[in-house]
Amino acid sequence: MSKTFTRALHALALAAFVAFALFPLFWLLKVSLTPDDLMYGEGVRLWPSRVTLDHYGAVLRHTQFPLFFRNSLIVSAATGLFATAAASAAGYAFSRFRFRGKAWVVGVMLISQMFPLVIIVAPIFRLLSPLGLTNSLTGLVVVYTAFNTPFAAFLMQSFFEAIPKDLEEAAMMDGATRFQALRRVILPLTLPGLAATGGFVFTAAWSELLFSLMLNSSAAVSTFPAGLLGFVSKFSVDFGQMMAAGVLALLPVGAFFLLIQRYLVQGLTAGAVKG
Amino acid sequence: MSRALALRLEPYFYTAPSLLLIAAIMLVPLVTGLSYAFHDLILLDPLSGDFVGLDHFREMLNDDGFWTALRNTVVWTAVSVALQFGFGLILALLLDRPFPGRGLVQALVFLPWAVPGFLSGLTWAWLFNPVIGPLPHWLHGLGLLATPENILSDPHLALWGPIAANVWWGIPFFAITLLAALQSIPKDIYEAAAMDGAGPLLRFRRVTLPLLAPTIAITVMLRTVWVANFAELIVVMTKGGPADATQILSSYIFTLAFQRLDFGYASAVAAVLLLLLLAYAAAVMVLRHVMTERA
Repeated sequence: MSKTFTRALHALALAAFVAFALFPLFWLLKVSLTPDDLMYGEGVRLWPSRVTLDHYGAVLRHTQFPLFFRNSLIVSAATGLFATAAASAAGYAFSRFRFRGKAWVVGVMLISQMFPLVIIVAPIFRLLSPLGLTNSLTGLVVVYTAFNTPFAAFLMQSFFEAIPKDLEEAAMMDGATRFQALRRVILPLTLPGLAATGGFVFTAAWSELLFSLMLNSSAAVSTFPAGLLGFVSKFSVDFGQMMAAGVLALLPVGAFFLLIQRYLVQGLTAGAVKG
Repeated sequence: MSRALALRLEPYFYTAPSLLLIAAIMLVPLVTGLSYAFHDLILLDPLSGDFVGLDHFREMLNDDGFWTALRNTVVWTAVSVALQFGFGLILALLLDRPFPGRGLVQALVFLPWAVPGFLSGLTWAWLFNPVIGPLPHWLHGLGLLATPENILSDPHLALWGPIAANVWWGIPFFAITLLAALQSIPKDIYEAAAMDGAGPLLRFRRVTLPLLAPTIAITVMLRTVWVANFAELIVVMTKGGPADATQILSSYIFTLAFQRLDFGYASAVAAVLLLLLLAYAAAVMVLRHVMTERA
């Protein structure tokens, strides 16, 4: 096989993957920009003969999506913050200490990633309800933080492994406590890792549907996924507005992802290297 | 507190917040949830709550919905994971060799992973809708569908809709993990193999695959468990219908709990799902152990 031929095949295969990855999102965008009067006539054309931003205007002005967006933003940002904080502490301990019961702690975290979460929906509902944490954004933050901490801890561990231990040992020789060394020396070096972990958790919280549906029934505290699903079952023919809302739901996570995806591969590579 | 004791306890201070949270929100509810499996528990019904022993499990034996969901779980999981893995591996291999614009291409092909699950479900449901989606017309054009109709409303075909969405959404996960593993293989191993006269196919079989095998085994196992539990696409795209034809166990549990409010029976089905997944994970671990022993 000649080199040019291999190279062409390689490029062609990659182009196919790019097309497959982007086509559904392209379609979402296309329909969101199609004016209502062309929706059915030109429904399956690749690009409508006219485009409009009307659906976005309608979604922003006449629906509750701005509220859902705000709720999701609060919940996801708070979850990202708390889970990353808890996970950095745990990940740091996994990477720097050998301690009694470590295998158990790691085991508990692994198990928490394996069982069907649906099994705990009912118990969580009955746990949070008397505490006033159902129909509440705080309740969702607590639940999401717990769900996301284990994976985030393993991710943070791999980022800490990439930083030489000598650094905080030197700072501790100079009289700093370990916590001070961690805060002043190590954390600044793990900023990309913290950003990647925070972004990952943010995305996961932004995407969660089932617990949001279950725990929060009032629209005032609905997150975007639950709100969009409610909208879809009520106005299932208003394709333009549904898809405009879909594009809006995609914006923050899409932006986050493009910023952090590099670090995710890096973090996983570091994890793989140490075996 | 003495300094030595403080030092001994230090690791626990770092892990305590995570552990307490996980115990309170996940492990204690897990135990409670398992106990519900042996109780008659209907939400909003104050008369329920009696201990019923194994009644729910006996009920399950005669529940067609359960058996359909179990069969669908196997199909859904096996087909989705096999396709996600196959395409993910190909993509990782394509991205592993340097070419101009690799950073951009990588960001674009990994993008579906960032799309929230419910939104991938909705997007694919719309793609399959003949009014505004192209897929029925394309499938009709290819001769795969007699008429351009929505496969999501055909009980025999509907499960393929969520599977398509799941494959699209899950390829990046495998590609990212496998790419990370590929990039950690030292390049000199390939050079040495090439010097010994090994062609690309032989290098792939003798160098790449054995070195990837541990990553493959663990990611496929974790992913299988994860996909088996993943109800969202089905809930969003078909709600388990038409006529429960596309329920998998986890979406069936969700339906039992939130539409019928039958938490007792839902928990019993969930316990069975958990047992099946544990058995599967244990089997994989044993198999892996046997394979490494032999090697």
